Amino acid sequence: MSLRPTHELHHRRFGRNLGVALTLAGFIVIIFGLTVVKVTRGDFEPPRGNVEAQN
Amino acid sequence: MSDASINASTSRIANRQDEAGFGDYFALLKPRVMSLVVFTALVGLLAAPIPVHPFIAFCAILFIAIGGGASGALNMWWDADIDRVMKRTKKRPIPAGKVEPGEALALGLALSGMSVMMLALATNVYAGAFLAFTIFFYVVVYTMWLKRTTPQNIVIGGAAGAFPPVIGWIAATGDMSVEPWLMFALTFMWTPPHFWALALFMRSDYDDAGVPMLTVTHGRRATRVHILVYTILLALLALGTAFSDIGGPVYLTVALLLNALFLMGSVRIWRRDENDSEVDNFRVERSFFKLSLLYLFLHFGAILVEALLKPYGLGGW
Repeated sequence: MSLRPTHELHHRRFGRNLGVALTLAGFIVIIFGLTVVKVTRGDFEPPRGNVEAQN
Repeated sequence: MSDASINASTSRIANRQDEAGFGDYFALLKPRVMSLVVFTALVGLLAAPIPVHPFIAFCAILFIAIGGGASGALNMWWDADIDRVMKRTKKRPIPAGKVEPGEALALGLALSGMSVMMLALATNVYAGAFLAFTIFFYVVVYTMWLKRTTPQNIVIGGAAGAFPPVIGWIAATGDMSVEPWLMFALTFMWTPPHFWALALFMRSDYDDAGVPMLTVTHGRRATRVHILVYTILLALLALGTAFSDIGGPVYLTVALLLNALFLMGSVRIWRRDENDSEVDNFRVERSFFKLSLLYLFLHFGAILVEALLKPYGLGGW
């Protein structure tokens, strides 16, 4: 049994769909990169004084 | 086959050919304006005294650019009616029939919210708030309110285009000082002569669209005088900036040369009348407009050079 041919719409909108896919992939990379940079720089760590005061 | 069905079929084929591609949605973001936003915001960020992590800096510039693009999409949504009339703008995605106005509105609003939120998360809340204010200023104050009501529209609109270096500076420092406002003032004072020169040789466009450009409301002679006055004020500001913390010998050299050329150009525009311009098809006005593009690029480029030389003890005074 042969595969059903792709609908014409998929060919017509390939460029648009590829653009959206790449944009979303880029956005994921940016979020991941930002998270890595901020965590490794210690942006999310509470101030040391507060931690000691809580202990 | 009936005529109606043939027509419907033909129309569908035509619609398919007109269907928007990814590039049409990207064009809604005014990529050429975005390039100016990227460059001036980058200079603002790098000229700031606090160094920024390269990836954070990249994200900050990206989100400022997306915010600028979003305001461009909202501007195209609101101005679709006059864009259809003007030669310069009638090939934009909405008047060309590629993108629906509602799509431009949705894209503009979504990207505005995303860029403001992401800039605030990537850098600081002040930078995000300032980007939000810039989008509001460009879309509501300039596009919706003042563009069609006052001949000073370009002067006020110039403020929106002048904010990016301030946002870049705040993204780096989280604070405000005089230097980013000097960069703001440079773009702000540069915008009117730049656009009025364009209005002088793209004359029928603004007339046809009914936009109250200075050339339409106060006449072309008054526009030439305005260009001269703004250029003199701009030259004083640009040379004064040379002696601030973002200036230095490189900037001063560039500013002296460019402002001399720019002043000469504005004097030539002021001394001409319409007959002179008609004879050579606005040659002087066109070359002044081209010079104005170089003018802003090289001034900000010189500020960038001064900032990049500072770590080596060379930039600044």
